[in-house]
Amino acid sequence: MSDFFRSTIIVFKKDLISELRTRYALNALIMFVLVSISIIRFAIGEEKVENEILSGLLWIVIFFSASGGLSRTFVKEEEKETSVALKMSVDSSGVFTGKLLFNFVLTLILNFLITILFIMITDYEIKNLWGFILVIGIGNIGLVSASTIIAAIISKANSKGTLYPVLSFPVLIPLLVTVINATKLSASGVETGILYEEFVILISYSIVVTTVSLMLFKYVWED
Amino acid sequence: MNSILKISILVIISGVIIAGIILPIPFIPALGDKARILYFHVPMSWIAVLAFFMSMYYSIRYLKTRDNDFDVRSYSAASLGFMFCILATATGSLWAKFSWGSFWNWDPRQTSIFILLLIYGAYFALRSAIDSDEQRAKLSSVYSIIAAVTVPFFVFIMPRLVESLHPDPIVNTQGKINMDSTMLSIFLTSLFGFTLLFFWCLNIKVRIERLNLKHLRSITG
Repeated sequence: MSDFFRSTIIVFKKDLISELRTRYALNALIMFVLVSISIIRFAIGEEKVENEILSGLLWIVIFFSASGGLSRTFVKEEEKETSVALKMSVDSSGVFTGKLLFNFVLTLILNFLITILFIMITDYEIKNLWGFILVIGIGNIGLVSASTIIAAIISKANSKGTLYPVLSFPVLIPLLVTVINATKLSASGVETGILYEEFVILISYSIVVTTVSLMLFKYVWED
Repeated sequence: MNSILKISILVIISGVIIAGIILPIPFIPALGDKARILYFHVPMSWIAVLAFFMSMYYSIRYLKTRDNDFDVRSYSAASLGFMFCILATATGSLWAKFSWGSFWNWDPRQTSIFILLLIYGAYFALRSAIDSDEQRAKLSSVYSIIAAVTVPFFVFIMPRLVESLHPDPIVNTQGKINMDSTMLSIFLTSLFGFTLLFFWCLNIKVRIERLNLKHLRSITG
């Protein structure tokens, strides 16, 4: 068991260091986020847009920026041909959870940026801040759990970039529907306690998907 | 044996079509004669879901045994299920046009069949993007299992979205089927007939795919 945690931390550290050296994901993704929020701003123009619609738009930005960043996690191992070395050094479940952890941290940073930019650029108003943070955080866990295994699947296929949203969207719909609804409610000031049922759905989704992914990952990863 | 099966499918399905159109049906509020779509639409949706879970079952078997034949079966079930899913969507939206006034209005039922179509579509997109046989079988099996485990969540989420206008709560109140005996017997016969048709098609499809694979392997060596 301790071996499993150790390899998780090793993979996480390795990804973090390589990200800090190249800053590929962060640099490109921050620009991506900026561009997409600006597009939303230009599309809205001088209209007064309801908070409810903005919550939906926020999740569109989160979904597509996540698909830009998360889909890279395994593709980059294949492209740089480092996947064999990774296979030799740690076992498959450690690779999966390490990548999962890295993706989670990456999307958390990204979502923090997205939300701040979103509030600055559009007139988005969050009335129940702690509820909102909790929703985004738990929503992230679900988003990452499904995205990581899909990223592993597409790393072995052709036309990787286009395939990712196609594969991840049907799997993510239950999560997206719930999380958009919860974001809407918390932004319009509903008490955190009322969001209880949404949290139950989000957490159970994350647990189920992560467990199944962990069980299936070795079939994707090992040749 | 095979010819008996074929003839009985022919008899059952043509019987269902004729009886479904001719025989009178009891008065159902707000539906009237439009309720006849039930004989065709419900079996289609049932088969679309059945095929989806069969595909998942064969995927699990494939990952356990690595026997390529299970992948062939999984793929065949999925491609037939996709066809029946399209049929269910088409018959459903035809009915929706005459009952609700538009072909598509994002009723929870329509949303769920749309998601099923998306999953099937993604599955085929994934399959066509992988060159090696073994990888294709492995990855599409994994995807189909992942997709299948997220499906039960819709049971909890969909009712929370919007109130459904689907007639299932009208015809089928409190889990008790509100059809008279003629209607019920036609419906059950139709369900049985179309399920038989599905299994017969599946058998043919599996055999075609096996031959395709054999042919492909004989070329590539």
